[in-house]
Amino acid sequence: MIGIELQKLFRRPRTWMTIVLLDALPTVVAVLLATTHVGPRPGQGPAFLSAVLANGSLFAVAALAIVLPLFLPVAVAVVAGDSVAGEAQSGTLRYLLIRPVGRTRLLVAKLASVFVFVVVSVVIVAGTGFLVGRALLGNQPLSSAVVSVSGTALTPMQIVWRTLLAIGYVAFSMLGVAAMALFLSTLTDSPMSATLGALAFLIGSSLLLTLDAAKALQPYLPTRYWLSFVDLFRDPMLLRNVERGVALQAVYVAVLLGCAWANFMTKDVKS
Amino acid sequence: MIRTDKLTKRFRSLTAVDAVDLDVQRGDIYGFLGANGSGKTTTVRMLLGLVLASSGSIEMLGAPMPKSGHEVLPRVGALVEGPAAYGHLSGRANLMLLDASGAPGPRRTRPDRVAEALALVGLDAVGKRPVKAYSLGMRQRLGLAGALLRQPELLVLDEPTNGLDPQGIREIRNLLLALNERGTTIFLSSHLLAEVEQLCTRVGVIDRGRLVVQDSLKSLQAPTGRTVVHTPDVASAVGILNGRVVHADGERLVVQSSDPASLNALLVEAGVRINELAPERRSLEQVVLELTGSGSDRVSSR
Repeated sequence: MIGIELQKLFRRPRTWMTIVLLDALPTVVAVLLATTHVGPRPGQGPAFLSAVLANGSLFAVAALAIVLPLFLPVAVAVVAGDSVAGEAQSGTLRYLLIRPVGRTRLLVAKLASVFVFVVVSVVIVAGTGFLVGRALLGNQPLSSAVVSVSGTALTPMQIVWRTLLAIGYVAFSMLGVAAMALFLSTLTDSPMSATLGALAFLIGSSLLLTLDAAKALQPYLPTRYWLSFVDLFRDPMLLRNVERGVALQAVYVAVLLGCAWANFMTKDVKS
Repeated sequence: MIRTDKLTKRFRSLTAVDAVDLDVQRGDIYGFLGANGSGKTTTVRMLLGLVLASSGSIEMLGAPMPKSGHEVLPRVGALVEGPAAYGHLSGRANLMLLDASGAPGPRRTRPDRVAEALALVGLDAVGKRPVKAYSLGMRQRLGLAGALLRQPELLVLDEPTNGLDPQGIREIRNLLLALNERGTTIFLSSHLLAEVEQLCTRVGVIDRGRLVVQDSLKSLQAPTGRTVVHTPDVASAVGILNGRVVHADGERLVVQSSDPASLNALLVEAGVRINELAPERRSLEQVVLELTGSGSDRVSSR
């Protein structure tokens, strides 16, 4: 069933359009940086942007930081929100269920295909970022050392490993949004509502993060540790927030998937 | 093949299906009739395990539903409330995906199965056009092809001729009759009385969630014990029949008589010319209208 869901997802022109759009923003940023050479001052703007002027290889990570706060979650919410509600809206859900595809199996296959989408899009964004960065920005030889966020030098091998870790962490961070959108997708027959609902959840979380009065809540907000992948590029790696981020996402994913499953199992499919 | 016991579905305060006892036997072409909103589709959805019953039980192909769905449903083909397909893919690609999901058929013979189903419904030459470019009738045919993929023992079809032109309707009717001859039991829900009358052997009528009648079409259309006579000699005919004329309307007389042959002899002997003489049968429409109220999409104070 997972294979079939992947076929459906990747044979759909919209999926590739989404990935292309995701790639467009970091590319635009790279072009602007390359033509103007005006980077944000260190400590301001998206992470790593000030560093990439010196070393284009780092643009892979910078690209992730650019799409992470908004573009990537929007893309994930669109795909995950469409997963069940889209089938309900087009009427294909009832034909799947009477084949019969078990409801749990369908939900698992949907989740797996959303996860694959997240990984594929994150990898493509990072890959494009790397190529664009090498082509447009400073392209020192790959073997030269890169300065870590903490100021010490990292070897290229370290950078490769840490970039892979960062890709994994960013993908995992998106699973909370995916689970939320999937849950809402089982509640409604309108993919649009599921997507917007999941985005409202994220915007709410980001808003509360900026509010001092919400300090007590902040460690539990889903977007709290998203940007902590920057810590992977410190020397030595600072894992505390990354670990918390993973644990927090895992809890959100477990709870929301539980809700999605409970709702979908007992749902009257009237679409 | 299908047997339900006091099948009931309540949506909050609304009882959509109320203690329905269906009985569909092997080899039947069962017509499930009802106005829009009478509970037809909800019943069909419950049979297939899409909607869960509030109370009552369902037995399909001898096993309880929805509990045994994984064993029963692969032997059932269905069309529920119109066809559905992925619009960006071709009809063939849609069927390939459908065949591969949930109790899939063997992969090696998949293209053959799909081609066969497409040929059955007359879509074999449609090519690579995406489904979103299909006409309503073509989509309906594609939906039927999906239902026929596994050569099911039981076909559950909700309004199967929706959107088809008269030729298409006749084609599908012949297809269903041929399938039935080869042993497929067909449960067909419809609000088109003519369709049911031409196709079905047994009929169940649902009205506001209740099954008001379930019988063979033959006994529903049994003669009424009256004979309809068309004659240009109305006056002399009425004289001879002497009070047995129940109703006269121009040259058409309805006579209380269950024996058209002797009635004919009597009139001819007396020199009454006859254009037409036949036992009166109730049409399915009359039966249904007698048994049911107005459709539930009519909202009036009466």
